[in-house]
Amino acid sequence: MYRAIQTFLVALCLLISCLATGLRAEENIRPLVDALGATAFPQKIEAVKALAASGDPKVGDILKNLSDGKLYAPKTGGAVYLEGSADGTYLDVLTGAAVSDAPGNLAKIRLNNGLRGAIGTALSQLTLLSPDRSARLAAAQDLLKDANPDNLTLLNSALVEEKDAEIKSTMEAARAVILLKTDATAEDKKAAIDTIAARGNRDALTILTAAMANAPDDLKPVIQTHVNAIERSLAVWDIAQNVWYGLSLGSVLLLAAIGLAITFGVMGIINMAHGEMVMLGAYTTYVVQQTIAAVAPGMADFSLAFAVPAAFLFTGLVGVGIERSVIRWLYGRPLETLLATWGISLILQQAIRTIFGPTNRQVDNPSWMSGAFEIGGLAITYNRMWIIVFSLGVFVALLLLLKRSKFGLQMRAVTQNRRMASSMGIRTPWVDALTFGLGSGIAGMAGVALSQIDNVSPNLGQNYIIDSFMVVVFGGVGNLWGTLVGALTLGIANKFLEPYAGAVLGKILILIFIILFIQRRPRGLFALKGRAVEQ
Amino acid sequence: MITQMLFSQHEKKTVWAVCLILLAAILVPLANLLIPEDSVFHVPGYLVPLLGKYLCYALLALALDLVWGYCGILSLGHGAFFALGGYAMGMYLMRQIGDRGVYANPLLPDFMVFLNWQELPWYWYGFNHFAFAALMVLLVPGLLAFGFGWFAFRSRVTGVYLSIITQAMTYALLLAFFRNEMGFGGNNGLTDFKEILGFNVQAGGTRAALFAATAIALALALVLSSAIVRSKYGKVLVGVRDAESRTRFLGYRVENMKLFIFTVSAMMAGVAGALYVPQVGIINPGEFAPANSIEVVIWTAVGGRGTLIGPIIGAILVNFGKSVFTAAFPEFWLFALGALFVATTLFLPKGVVGTVQQFLARRKEQKQADAAEKVYQDKAAARAESRLATLEPLAAE
Repeated sequence: MYRAIQTFLVALCLLISCLATGLRAEENIRPLVDALGATAFPQKIEAVKALAASGDPKVGDILKNLSDGKLYAPKTGGAVYLEGSADGTYLDVLTGAAVSDAPGNLAKIRLNNGLRGAIGTALSQLTLLSPDRSARLAAAQDLLKDANPDNLTLLNSALVEEKDAEIKSTMEAARAVILLKTDATAEDKKAAIDTIAARGNRDALTILTAAMANAPDDLKPVIQTHVNAIERSLAVWDIAQNVWYGLSLGSVLLLAAIGLAITFGVMGIINMAHGEMVMLGAYTTYVVQQTIAAVAPGMADFSLAFAVPAAFLFTGLVGVGIERSVIRWLYGRPLETLLATWGISLILQQAIRTIFGPTNRQVDNPSWMSGAFEIGGLAITYNRMWIIVFSLGVFVALLLLLKRSKFGLQMRAVTQNRRMASSMGIRTPWVDALTFGLGSGIAGMAGVALSQIDNVSPNLGQNYIIDSFMVVVFGGVGNLWGTLVGALTLGIANKFLEPYAGAVLGKILILIFIILFIQRRPRGLFALKGRAVEQ
Repeated sequence: MITQMLFSQHEKKTVWAVCLILLAAILVPLANLLIPEDSVFHVPGYLVPLLGKYLCYALLALALDLVWGYCGILSLGHGAFFALGGYAMGMYLMRQIGDRGVYANPLLPDFMVFLNWQELPWYWYGFNHFAFAALMVLLVPGLLAFGFGWFAFRSRVTGVYLSIITQAMTYALLLAFFRNEMGFGGNNGLTDFKEILGFNVQAGGTRAALFAATAIALALALVLSSAIVRSKYGKVLVGVRDAESRTRFLGYRVENMKLFIFTVSAMMAGVAGALYVPQVGIINPGEFAPANSIEVVIWTAVGGRGTLIGPIIGAILVNFGKSVFTAAFPEFWLFALGALFVATTLFLPKGVVGTVQQFLARRKEQKQADAAEKVYQDKAAARAESRLATLEPLAAE
């Protein structure tokens, strides 16, 4: 039924616009143009509106010239001319041909704010017909926001010509909103309400709620059902959006925490310099990007492909260096290791500050990581999406490394029982060094990802270190799945608390929750069982 | 008689330290106030609060040493207790401003007027009395530590896990105190103090008195710590530090012992914070920063944990170094501090005092061994002689 009405309406529009096109002869707008030469401003405004409504393709240029002050008319009113390239020469407004018999008393057509406003509106209406897709879309969205019944005719004619589905639906919505404001028939209005409701987003909700106030009584229940339906679906999308944000935060936490979990799980030490490894990774990204911009600017979009291995190797090497020079002397004394690595973190921070300066460094997003797309009511930015993909990729790769490779086997053996592993011929010092390098390398890769969404500054690591600790403590050590579950749970919980408690209070609540959680399960969600626990 | 009790109860070193601190409590204010400015012995006015600050830090480090050095609980959140004590004192000082603030509101501190608050939040009541504020300085950190420790120690959260959740605690408090809605001045904290107990906080006499009070508090804390450490309870604490499970199996209630020392230590930290605030003139959420708490750990470690004088020396040394460094080469302070962390843990695990003690003990041992050796040799010589003496008549025959 609605569909039939819609079809009918479209057909009607088609008919009207056909008629309009038929009448669109060049000379028909000449009187309208000449009306611009009127002496009184209200008349000029009328003329602008009439011109805009005529739908002639030249109107845009004419109005532009008018607002640029290039149109001239006799002071007493009369025909309008376009100024020529040389002083005192004039052109025909419509054809652009030189005019030799221009009257002598021509003066620039004066503008005031009312007239400028009218020109602006008219131009934006005209862009509805512009060949540029984004301009048309913007114009259609403007119309949707500021639905003026005057634009109905124009919108109708634009609708007929529009091929693009998205623009067309926006225009239809705008038309429906306008229809609601006019005294169209109840049938038409009902169809219009359906059109708006079909959009199903927050704008539609606002429009419908506004329309509710001055709708005829018999339409009110219809609007109400639509409003309810939209509210329900919006609530669902809100939850989906929160889950998405939570996943995004969780994946960042996962990247930052997973290296920490490995070093803590295998070596039983807390690496306070882990955040600085993340920071080093971010700075590596910056250096790689600068180098590529200098050497091969064409490769700029692929700089991340170089940055990821570079960051992994660089921070991994720094990690091995730290392990060999400091940490290996401190095994069996986890609290001392904590202090020593804190000292290292201070040194690294200050070193970066000395080399690169205390200010933020600009790391650009490659083109394939900028922008966003929508799924239903869900806005998804590409950089967040790629970071989720990246962190899951790192997670799977690490899982395979631990479960399938010889090094992984040795690492797990050392985690479970260091002395027994050593007796079986595993060189535990090397496993320790490589594990520390691996954990640091992963932190470096996390830095590459973070450089895309956060400021690259010497303090970058500090912002994530405590959250990473929370993930490790919550998820438990010695099990990568614990880290995954911990990171995603904390990320999602954080984002769900934010709307109710605010960002800061949400974070405080999470911290308190973890402090209490640790009391219940002192070794985290996925605790390692066996003798290793009591060491 | 008191002296006798002190001597009999405490180590000689501790007594000397207490006397030294008390001497400072008398001499520094006197040197500041009485000795004329052109004399060599005059202590300039800017130095008095600076020295007082060092002593506050020393008290904080001593408090941390009680839990870390003697009980093995590495708290990375002692800065939180310090800051809470500081806030309690700051609230008292804020209420003392009265209508002399910028907005001249007799009841509300300036920042509340600025935030358009109409009445004083309930938790600010009572802070216009010094006695109440002083009680809160002890109670608030004490209660937090008691509650936190109650949960943590009962469920046997130990080692690195405990360190991390203490860090989470101070981090959560940092975030909380940054919020304006909390009613503690948000980002700016509490400042612009005018009077303490009716005396102008800026005046030289008040500063000297505050220094003396800090020194006396430190001395008292040292006596108290020494009494705790040398008691039977203190010995068991060390047992908890070195072999927690074994101590538990011997029948001691480890969690109660930890809870007690943790709470006492938090109260001491609170007192340190309360003395710190009037001397530096400001308290803000930055004091809760986890980095601050870790710095306290390094003071203790540098001085020597598990000794009572160590943390005091460490805190004064490191902070003096910090003052010198940040004035001379500000960029390199973090390098120096970082290197200090690494070097202390690698090369001086017992700290300055611990290493000196070890050295002295070894020398004493050596001396005793030497003496024993000498006695043995003398005896051997004597025996040989006597044997010779018994043989000689035979030989003569």
